[in-house]
Amino acid sequence: MTLPIPDVAQPSRRALLQTGGGFALAFFLGVGSARATISARPQPGDAELAAREGATFAPNALIRIDREGPVRLVMPNVEMGQGVYTTEAMLLAEELDVGLDQVIVQHAPPIDALYGTPLLKSQTTGGSTTVRANWMILREAGAVARAMLISAAAEQWGVPAAECVTKAGVVKHAASGRSATYNELAEAAARQQTPEKVGLKDPKDFKLVGKPMRRIDSPSKVDGSAIFGIDIRVPDMQVAYVITCPTAGGTLKSVKEDEARKQPGVKDVIRLPHGVAVTAPNYWAAKKAAEALEIEWDHGPNVDFSTEGLFKALDEASRTGKALVARSDGPLDRKGKTIEAVYQHPILAHAPMEPLNAVVHVRPDACEIWVGSQVPTRAVGAAAKLTGLPEDKIILHNQYLGGGFGRRLEVDSVELAVNIAKQVPYPVKMIWSREHDIRHDIPRTAYLDRVSAVVDDEGYPVVWKDRTCGASVPKRWAPQMLRKDGFDADLTECSDELSYDIPAFHVEWVPHDMPEAIPIGWWRGVGPTHNIFKVEGFVDELAHAAGKDPVEFRRKMLTKNPRPLSVLNKAAEAIGWGEKLPPRVGRGVAFASPFGSHVCAIAEVEVSPRGVIRIRRGVAAIDCGPVMNPNTVEAQIQGGLIFGWTMALFNEITFEKGAVKQSNFHDYRMMRLNETPPIEVHIVKNEGPIGGMGEVGTAIAAPALANAVFAATGVRLRRLPLDPRLLADPKAGAA
Amino acid sequence: MLTLNVNGEDRSVEVPEDMPLLWVLRDVIGLTGTKFGCGIAQCGACTVHVDGQAVRSCVLPVGELGDAKITTVEAIGATPEGKKIQDAWLAVEVVQCGYCQTGQVMSAAALLRHNPQPTDEDIDAAMSGNICRCGTYVRIRQAIHQAATGKPVAEQTIAYNLQKGPAQ
Ligand code: FES
Ligand code: FES
Repeated sequence: MTLPIPDVAQPSRRALLQTGGGFALAFFLGVGSARATISARPQPGDAELAAREGATFAPNALIRIDREGPVRLVMPNVEMGQGVYTTEAMLLAEELDVGLDQVIVQHAPPIDALYGTPLLKSQTTGGSTTVRANWMILREAGAVARAMLISAAAEQWGVPAAECVTKAGVVKHAASGRSATYNELAEAAARQQTPEKVGLKDPKDFKLVGKPMRRIDSPSKVDGSAIFGIDIRVPDMQVAYVITCPTAGGTLKSVKEDEARKQPGVKDVIRLPHGVAVTAPNYWAAKKAAEALEIEWDHGPNVDFSTEGLFKALDEASRTGKALVARSDGPLDRKGKTIEAVYQHPILAHAPMEPLNAVVHVRPDACEIWVGSQVPTRAVGAAAKLTGLPEDKIILHNQYLGGGFGRRLEVDSVELAVNIAKQVPYPVKMIWSREHDIRHDIPRTAYLDRVSAVVDDEGYPVVWKDRTCGASVPKRWAPQMLRKDGFDADLTECSDELSYDIPAFHVEWVPHDMPEAIPIGWWRGVGPTHNIFKVEGFVDELAHAAGKDPVEFRRKMLTKNPRPLSVLNKAAEAIGWGEKLPPRVGRGVAFASPFGSHVCAIAEVEVSPRGVIRIRRGVAAIDCGPVMNPNTVEAQIQGGLIFGWTMALFNEITFEKGAVKQSNFHDYRMMRLNETPPIEVHIVKNEGPIGGMGEVGTAIAAPALANAVFAATGVRLRRLPLDPRLLADPKAGAA
Repeated sequence: MLTLNVNGEDRSVEVPEDMPLLWVLRDVIGLTGTKFGCGIAQCGACTVHVDGQAVRSCVLPVGELGDAKITTVEAIGATPEGKKIQDAWLAVEVVQCGYCQTGQVMSAAALLRHNPQPTDEDIDAAMSGNICRCGTYVRIRQAIHQAATGKPVAEQTIAYNLQKGPAQ
């Protein structure tokens, strides 16, 4: 996802440090330290951290080389399926000149100043920013280490450094026939000066980068040995099952615990502001006991909140509310045929496969947390606030994430676990039931978009107007990201700049907040997932209104834009665009440039007489600039499309009387294997600026699908999820 | 006190008979490769083998197991089908976040045991109970075909390198 880049630097902060063996020591990083991001060179705090980790040679916070054993690479970002541990390891290993078989990776401790992502100015994994932000820094970090190893060898051998070469973790000097492994050189390398300048490899010499590499984490995830947050077990731990008031913002009025107390194994009943938790030695015992509680709720101020009401309010606000303008330029007063449409987007849950969980142990002097988080330093800050402990007494061990999708950019679950753990002396593993996970998500919010165009005689748009209406995530999550007047760039990302040649633009946003008790969050693809559905749906509408082929129509508007044009052409060619198709079968195209990449997806669907959509085939072409790992690119596009198609076909969270109706995978459906078509991914090579990958497929999925449904049925669906009842074949009678 | 045969070993556990096998495996015995995803037999993350059949352990009370032989992902690599499936999973690079994958591997291994040469329709039927939120289905299908035939179905372009997980 592209989170807009904050235009003010975040204040520097204390950070805490954790070592591999569970032994922890905290220290302060210099207050006012100017940079809060990763670096190829040592920064304040590096040396202490490396010493704690027992590293012999630690040229920076990312690489540790010991007297023996594999090179340890510290991963500044978190692995949640996007393959980033492999990509980051590849970048470090490439310039260090070691194979991926010679390294192991380790989760970084939470320290913004050492592991922050430059684009986000904090240790955050999100916004499809990781590789875009870090790739040159990681390469340089590897190169710095390599240069120091070479100079150590040269010094020992009394030969010029320039005559030494490296290969697979060994420094060699051909003339004297000497060689030494990185392990053997570690101690001497640690005494070398950090070079101010290092040369980087010519990309044509890359051994790893750009090659389809296997993932570092796969073997452990296939044999069951990988540890996710939910798998953590610590001595004396109890499991907590939580029940939260179903009505958003409701509070606990009273609870009778007699029956619950009689259940086997129950340890404690813990009252929370918005619910109750029961602890027991295992999840089942805790759940059984919790279900025996007699709870009375004070349902609070949101009992009248409903999805229906929300869409009415969005509609009203979008007509009458005050707009904040993203851009307004060109001759907007051109007259001509005008086409208008309204697009609607539902509230969405994230539903990562691993339900939210956290293990927390609050002790008088410290608080220890085991969790898979996209924002580990935020979690530290939240725990410090709740426990009253200083941040350097919060020890957080980050874990593999069983899916993130933006859900784990929030720390509400960590806060809840801390609030439970605060009340008991033992460590608590809080696991949310799937029902809790879906009902108490921090969901993606709903939007209503009015879009219109004035078209010329041939039907091409000469004026484009778009007014979106909905709530802002950063308003709560990172207010510093907002423009001074409160404008949130996420609301118009990928709708205020189109690759199409259109002379006049007016794009604006009418804010409409959700109730305070329903905070809203980032969801895979963020602004682009929202906006591309409408933009590409509407472009398709204009093409049909003009009586033109949707690919041809787009081509004509992209003639001045070679990168977009080449992905459009590639995808069209790959699927055989223009072929004659059977009745009720159609193809839909969508093109956009989210997250700095260019992508075109084409879906082929068949719609049954009763309106059931079956996706028969998917093709995508992607230009993301320099490719790190084509294996991951293909996987992310395939998975991203399925994530987006799942949304378009099935997903909507509905509120009634202030409570979420859906609860589990039976009523919050996922696409399944038998519903998944073959998906071809074509990488269009380009050396241009590097783009993001993790959310691109999701952002482009829905419009390709909806456009295909139109091609198959002639019915234009402008509201997600696509409603099959509107697609029944009128000619098919009661079929 | 119940005795369960898990991965060839008898394990005595002090648990109520209505406790689902999933939680006995994860919270009592400590085998965490079997995952919790939904608790209502909707996602397949908790799939294990009971006498060679793939079952959803989240809805299977341990009291019903008797002396049935339970196999979890931790031991499936010791069976011929399990080994083939795991190897194909790595060759095709199925894994994304990985959370669903142990359940996928268990369902696929059971499929191969009963049907060594599954068609696409057989794969649909056997695997549609396993959700993957990351959307790895395209490669799951390829990997099952590859495990069955021993031949790469898609062009294998993924370079080989030894893999190690993060230091825990
Ligand atoms: S956890 Fe058993 S099927 Fe989902
Ligand atoms: S790999 Fe993430 S849920 Fe399947």
